[in-house]
Amino acid sequence: MEVLTNLINGMSLGSVYAIIALGYTMVYGIAKMLNFAHGDVIMVGAYICFCSVSYLGLPAFAGVALSVVGCTLLGIIVERLAYKPLRNAPSLNVLITAIGVSYFLQNAALIIMGSDPKSFSSIISLPALSLFDGKLTISATAVLTIFACVVIMVALTMFTGKTKMGKAMRACSEDRDAAQLMGINVNSTISMVFAIGSGLAAIAGVLMCLAYPTLMPTTGSMPGIKAFTAAVLGGIGSIPGAALGGVLLGIIEIFARAYISTQLADAVVFGVLIVILLIRPAGLLGKPVNEKV
Amino acid sequence: MLSVYNINVWYGAIQAIKGVSFEVNDGEIVALIGANGAGKSTTLKTLSGLLRSRTGSITFMDQDLMHMPAEKIVEHGLVHVPEGRRIFQQMTVEENLDMGAYTQAKDTIADNLERVYAQFPRLKERRRQIAGTLSGGEQQMLAMGRGLMANPKLLMLDEPSMGLAPILVEQIFEIIEALHKAGTTILLVEQNAQMALSIATRGYVLETGRVTLTGTGQELLRNDDVRKAYLGG
Ligand SMILES: Nc1ncnc2c1ncn2[C@@H]1O[C@H](COP(=O)(O)OP(=O)(O)O)[C@@H](O)[C@H]1O
Ligand SMILES: [Mg+2]
Repeated sequence: MEVLTNLINGMSLGSVYAIIALGYTMVYGIAKMLNFAHGDVIMVGAYICFCSVSYLGLPAFAGVALSVVGCTLLGIIVERLAYKPLRNAPSLNVLITAIGVSYFLQNAALIIMGSDPKSFSSIISLPALSLFDGKLTISATAVLTIFACVVIMVALTMFTGKTKMGKAMRACSEDRDAAQLMGINVNSTISMVFAIGSGLAAIAGVLMCLAYPTLMPTTGSMPGIKAFTAAVLGGIGSIPGAALGGVLLGIIEIFARAYISTQLADAVVFGVLIVILLIRPAGLLGKPVNEKV
Repeated sequence: MLSVYNINVWYGAIQAIKGVSFEVNDGEIVALIGANGAGKSTTLKTLSGLLRSRTGSITFMDQDLMHMPAEKIVEHGLVHVPEGRRIFQQMTVEENLDMGAYTQAKDTIADNLERVYAQFPRLKERRRQIAGTLSGGEQQMLAMGRGLMANPKLLMLDEPSMGLAPILVEQIFEIIEALHKAGTTILLVEQNAQMALSIATRGYVLETGRVTLTGTGQELLRNDDVRKAYLGG
């Protein structure tokens, strides 16, 4: 039963990575940039939820809603101010800017919220569920997280596959000039993708803090890097790839912690990434890169 | 219908278009011919708003296009089918056509789709196929069909015969003539000067960013300089 518990916890952690990785991968797909500030949006989302509930006394669901709205706006503003002016700049410039945004968000949080950790469990905590006469205990948080990930995946798949805006997004990701010739407004489409990715990051932030309830200005960094790893593992630019990469990474991490060593877990995770990229350089579900002439 | 006056276009420090002026009248097929690198594609990209001219004017059906964003230019019926097809490889044939109709209202889309499928039965057979798996000729048909989905008043085709087998080239030119007969005005960019001029009402010869010669299709076909430079003697 311990294996099963670990598996569920792994899937739950992986679901958080997957939701974050979706933002990475969609933004990469359309803007061809690695948004290294994406992880910090998670942290901002968690703080917004924390503040709404503990200082404003709002119910938890309202806190989550505010956090999604806040991060969506944050995503749009960051893109508009920091990345849009660099639309035709070399990718190194954009990367450095993204790292700058990351530091900016962390330090802004440090100034506003202070460096002392906030305990998320003081505002929201879900019970543990006991199954099979107590032989299997799983947390409601884990179930909720996995469920949220599935709902988000289904919704995104329908959005990109069936809606006009979703198809426009795919068109822009493939060929920005051609998309413009179709009459698609590329700037607003990119803005929309940042909005979706950041809104999802807010949800990931809340879900993650339910499972790992210590909230600090640096809370988003490590999950951000892991989710980036997950996006690369699945094949950067691929939405199903991000989900697969995220879940796999979460499971590997939890099992490595349980059966190998807590300290070595992260090393194992990144080791797996390296091995898989050696075998499949484009990631599990990625398309081999063919440079456009 | 389209009037281009004294446009100058740069890529960074390199000037690709040097004071080009020309016109396209309603109902014409106008051919723009010239060697590789003459500036034909750059001209079309400037008309569709992907590139900007620093000077002059571009007027299409009484609209000033000089500062209009690319996505608005399509709405006015100036539609550009780019060089190298540039279809969305990972989308299905029908999704590509849907994207072509991005600016159109829902009920027009259904009509246009029917029209395009009637014109290109091959595309209808392959509507669910991923566009990247089509053959070169089919991809060109898709690129043209996608352009038609936008209800073009003036259709700009950039080297539609490029890389196709002779029989397919014939077929593409037949389709261009059919579209023209059905009422679409066409601005045709081609390296295949013989074919282009033989169906063109008028033509312009572009050399290193300048218009060096103009006349009716037949006049240009008979012109000695054109014959030497583009028709192999
Ligand atoms: N993206 C670009 N950057 C710099 N120079 C370019 C670019 N595209 C085209 N050029 C240059 O502009 C000139 C005209 O190119 P183009 O319009 O593509 O010619 P054509 O379509 O007639 O073959 C050429 O000298 C070409 O090298
Ligand atoms: Mg060209």
